[in-house]
Amino acid sequence: MSTATAGAQGLRVGVITFPGTLDDRDAARAVRLAGAEAVSLWHGDADLHDVDAVVLPGGFSYGDYLRAGAISRFAPVMEKVVDAAHGGLPVLGICNGFQVLTEVHLLPGSMIKNDHLSFICREQPLVVENASTAWTNEYEQGQRIVVPLKNQDGQYVADEHTLDELEGEGRVVFRYEGWNPNGSRRGIAGVTNARGNVVGLMPHPEHAVEAGFGPAADAGPRSGTDGLTFFTSVLAHLVAA
Amino acid sequence: MGRVVVDVMPKPEILDPQGKAVARALPRLGFDQFVSVRQGKRFELEVEGDVTPEVLDAAQRAAETVLSNPVIEDVVRVADIEADAAATVASEGLA
Repeated sequence: MSTATAGAQGLRVGVITFPGTLDDRDAARAVRLAGAEAVSLWHGDADLHDVDAVVLPGGFSYGDYLRAGAISRFAPVMEKVVDAAHGGLPVLGICNGFQVLTEVHLLPGSMIKNDHLSFICREQPLVVENASTAWTNEYEQGQRIVVPLKNQDGQYVADEHTLDELEGEGRVVFRYEGWNPNGSRRGIAGVTNARGNVVGLMPHPEHAVEAGFGPAADAGPRSGTDGLTFFTSVLAHLVAA
Repeated sequence: MGRVVVDVMPKPEILDPQGKAVARALPRLGFDQFVSVRQGKRFELEVEGDVTPEVLDAAQRAAETVLSNPVIEDVVRVADIEADAAATVASEGLA
């Protein structure tokens, strides 16, 4: 692959594994394809090992017991993540990782069961609503991308005041295009914090980073690599910083 | 051994997809008098010894910080169930 970000050599992106995390290996592979070193971080280890950014991958940490992400929030590593995020460390939460970020109050709102009550797995078109965050700066504003979506508790909810605030401050980062696949308020698929360094979304960019293994695209079946831009964006952000 | 019960319900303004699914299933079994269902959670917290006001206070704080998420849920009850049961027996005895 020749997609690696110039100047990204030596950058380290941590990928956290909780009990029940499923997509940590794919997230680590996405980091490597973007040109950085992937560093495995363990939930019970209160140490970020000097990484330059952190990914909380998808899965079913603690079996979604209590509420999705509710128990992972108290993992020793999360205290470090919260401190570092407040200091500007780029943090990306994907699916269950997004649920953890809302439970730990780095991002507003919460996720409840999909409105149709079924697990859903599909190739999901999204619109990039904010192309200036640490994780989306290499997209175009308004760009349409396709990445996989797969979840049970994917319905984004927040009170109207919070939703108005998110919209007003440009903190809705992704919206579902066309059909709303889970009943999320205002079709919201992903949001960011005020500073733009913490991003969470339900769909899975790490599953659309390598031709042959991604969603369908113009170049043919499984050729879609729209998700790789998350990882090159954060490296560009770090190189520019 | 004392026991504190914590009940958590989805907020009224939050759609409860599970409750809706249960509500749709009930008429199929002939229960057609129930117009809506909401599904919540019940926690039973056990302590050594009695349920003191301090225990109830700790349970209230646990309910608000861990057992529920205030964005989507309300804590609707934190109670010493033995005391509740005793009160019920007493009131039934009076009646």
